[in-house]
Parts: sequence; C-alpha cells; structure tokens
Amino acid sequence: MENTCGADAWVYSEIVRDHFFNPRNLLLDESKYEADGYGAVGSPACGDMMCMWIKVDKKINKIKECKWRTFGCASAIASTSMLSIMVTENDGMDLEKALKINPEQIIDRLGGLPDRKFHCSVLGHLALSEAINDYLNKQKNVAE
Amino acid sequence: MKNIYLDYASTTYVDGRVLRKMIPFFSRFFGNPSSLHRAGRITKQAIDMARAGIADVIGAKKEEIIFTGSGTESDNLAIIGAARANVKFGKHIIVSKIEHKAVLEAAKKLKREGFEITYLDVDDSGLVKLAELKKCLKKDTTLVSIQYANNEIGTIQQIAEISKIIKQFRKEKQFPLLHTDACQAAGTLTLDVNKLGVDLLTFNGSKIYGPKGVGCLFIKRGINLEAQILGGSQEMGLRAGTENVPLIVGLFEALKLAEKIKDEENKRQIKLRDYFIKKVLGSIEGVNLNGHPQRRLPNNINISVRGVEGESLLLMLDKYGIFCSTGSACSSTDLTPSYVLFAIGLPTELAQGSIRLTLGRDTKKEKLDYVLKVLPRVVERLRSISSVK
Repeated sequence: MENTCGADAWVYSEIVRDHFFNPRNLLLDESKYEADGYGAVGSPACGDMMCMWIKVDKKINKIKECKWRTFGCASAIASTSMLSIMVTENDGMDLEKALKINPEQIIDRLGGLPDRKFHCSVLGHLALSEAINDYLNKQKNVAE
Repeated sequence: MKNIYLDYASTTYVDGRVLRKMIPFFSRFFGNPSSLHRAGRITKQAIDMARAGIADVIGAKKEEIIFTGSGTESDNLAIIGAARANVKFGKHIIVSKIEHKAVLEAAKKLKREGFEITYLDVDDSGLVKLAELKKCLKKDTTLVSIQYANNEIGTIQQIAEISKIIKQFRKEKQFPLLHTDACQAAGTLTLDVNKLGVDLLTFNGSKIYGPKGVGCLFIKRGINLEAQILGGSQEMGLRAGTENVPLIVGLFEALKLAEKIKDEENKRQIKLRDYFIKKVLGSIEGVNLNGHPQRRLPNNINISVRGVEGESLLLMLDKYGIFCSTGSACSSTDLTPSYVLFAIGLPTELAQGSIRLTLGRDTKKEKLDYVLKVLPRVVERLRSISSVK
C-alpha cells in the first residue's frame, strides 16, 4: 500500500498490543490453583467481568503471584496483564501498596490508552483489591 | 498474507469503471454548473444526465431527485426538512428503534424543538411490527421513517406493506409521509419508488462501489421540505452549494453498474452468506445468528460468540488480516453496546460478543474458508482468557 501515513500504527500503544496478543500471568484453569485470595468484579450482564487470584508471601506480606482471566476488550486484557506484572515484579508488591494502585499508574506503564478506554482499565485493580481483602479476611479468621 | 476485507456494509471501494467516469470532471471539465458559458454547460449536462439516469432507475422524475453530500445529509434533510416544513399539519413523527443514527439524531433534534417522536419496536429478527405501526399513526403524524434494510443485522423491512398501511390511513390526505433510508439496500434491492410506495428515499455512493461524500434524496413531487443548507438555489433550492460534479457522476455510474449486475451478484452472495453461516454455527459452539434468517441482505452476517468480547475478537482477526466490525461497547465512541442488538432483545453479554462480516464483490469462497479456519482458533484463544465460561 502507498501513502497510508502509518495506518499500521495501532489504535493502542505497542505495549498494549504486546500484552493483548501475549497476556502475562493468565490462569487458564483454576481447579488446581491454590490461591490465597480471590476477587471477581463485574458480570457478563454488565458487559465485562474480571477474575483474579493471588498468592501471598505471608512472612513479608508481599504478592508472590497474581493470576487472572477476563471477559473484556483489548484494553481490559492488556491493563490486567500489566497490573499482574506490576504487583509481582521485584519480588512482589507490598499488600498495602498494591491496594493503592490506581488506573493511571497502569495506563502510564502501558504507554497510554485512548481516553474513552479509561474505564476498561478499572476492573483489574478492583478485582485485585477484592482478592487482597479476601486474603486479609482469611488471615483474620485464622488469627481468631 | 493478503487482507480479507469483510466490512462492505461500512463502505465499499470505488469500482474502477466508476472512477474512470469521474476522473475527467476533476480537472478537465471543472466548470461551475451554474455558469452560463460552455465550461459550465458541460458540467450542468453531466449532472442532468446523472439526475435523469438515477430517476430512471428508481422510477421517478428527474425533478424528484436531489444530490446531497452524504446519506446522512439526505436523511437529515428528509426528517428535519419534512417535519419543519409541514408543521402546520402536525408535530408527530414515527421512526423505528433500529434506524441509522442519521435518522435517530435528527429525530432527537426535532424532539428538542417540541415534536413528538414515537419509536417503533421491532421483533427479535429486527422486523418492524406492522400492527404497532397501525396503532401509532395519528391525525397529526406528518412523517414515518423506516429504513429499508438495517446496517448492522441486515434485516429487510416490509416497506411496501408499511406504505399500504400508511396510505390506508391517510386516504386523500398527503400526510403522513413515508421516508425510507435505503443506504444499505441500494445496489442490492429494488429502489423502485412506485413499487415501494415511498414519498422520500435516501441512498448514497459509499455503499454501492461509488464515491464517498455524495448522497441522493428522492422527493415525490408536491412535497415541501425545508432546506438545511442555505445559499445558492442549486438542487431546486433544497441544497445550496456548488454541485460536486465528479461525485454525482460517480454516484450515477455506481448505481447503474450495481443495477446491471445485482441479480447475479445477489445470488452469488446469498450462497456464500448461507454457506458461511451454516459452517460457523456448526463449527463453533455457543454462536448464534443475529437478525432475520431469510429477510436479510445478501451480504450480511452478524453473529454473537458467547464468552468473548467483540473488540478483542475484531483485533485478533485484524492480526490475521481479516477486517470486520462489532456491536461491542468497547469499540463504540459512546461506550454503549449496539442499540440495534438491544432492540432485538439480545442480552448485554451477547451484544458485547457480536461481530459483523459483510461480503462484497471481491469476496470469494476461498476467503471465507480462510476465515472459517481462523475464527474457531481465535475464539478458542479468547475463551481461554475469558472469565465467562
């Protein structure tokens, strides 16, 4: 083709593209996965749904593993993939810090998202909060 | 790998034969049709020929044809123009829930101006409920606008039946008028305004292998419209602005060509369409066809894939060089799923998981076979990522 003025440039950044086609930390089958915490937000009826599983290093309160699956668009897939990396890189993220992650930080790491796709990146960190709170509740129950 | 374009309902390429007819009118014959000298007379004649030719195709008189800048503009002029010009006869307008946005947004504007708008329901195949139409007609209804065929699900409305109902209701009166948006139907279904029994009809060039940026509106003699673009007295005072001669020439050429080959091409596309639908429903579980099984455009395939989001599916197919479109919220600018799919009763999950493949003149069986090979793999991949099982 001639004169397409970079039409091959995607609607999304290269990083989003990479994470969409090669999502990291997917959990294809949770039946044998022993998660310390589980969170699910959204529903098919709402048009998007996110499930997240975490494993926690209990001694140092850091996330060891973060796995997920989503019924969502390219932005949702890429931002969850990126989130799962952010909370597990460098020996894992502190739970307190992970609870405070916001969509802007994820979008930043993705090299940006179109404005209207902002909401697509929201479900991931909400599911993560649910999973962390699930873990914390379980710990509390054990302690009691 | 070659690209497989299956988005012809969005727009078509310009046929080479059409383009060749247009080219002389960009630089060689560039005169303003309103000019009295020969340069102007040449382009005036070209427009007159296009007008007469189009009138001939649709069974109208040449004075009943005007050219606009797009299908959207023709829709706007028909709806807003007819409503405003005839306000002394009433302020009630009826449209279907699955009209193109060019009609729906025009109706919305009229509502803000104090018009009453009735939105007609459709059944689960997308057909307007005729009994409901009958009930909705009122003494002060001045306009009914029902699209000929739907752009998303391809459902073909019973325009001639709708016309009969309206004519029975209005008896000797002029109102309500019937407008049909035939942008998707043009080049495929008959545009004979007498058979259809319509008062106003819209179509454009960009869906019939003609140029973008040109539309046509049939206005039955005796109907008053209020112009929406003001200036010179071009197009019988209904559409000011120097006529876009090459595009008008192209529109006529495209329609003429489409009319010539449509019977054969329809048969070919219906065969391909039904082949694909049968194969895809058989090879992937949890797939359903949206729209009417028979009363649908020859080139339209609209399916929902359970557990998969449409934008993801579209972008995965794009990676394999397959171009389609989706009714998913995530691909729309207003972040709501297709109102057409909602109107036919689809739940959000299935509306989110819809893709539309629309065939064209260069679609061959081998290309569809390639899609049939890729699609199950892509669906399997996305389903493995999906949290909805």
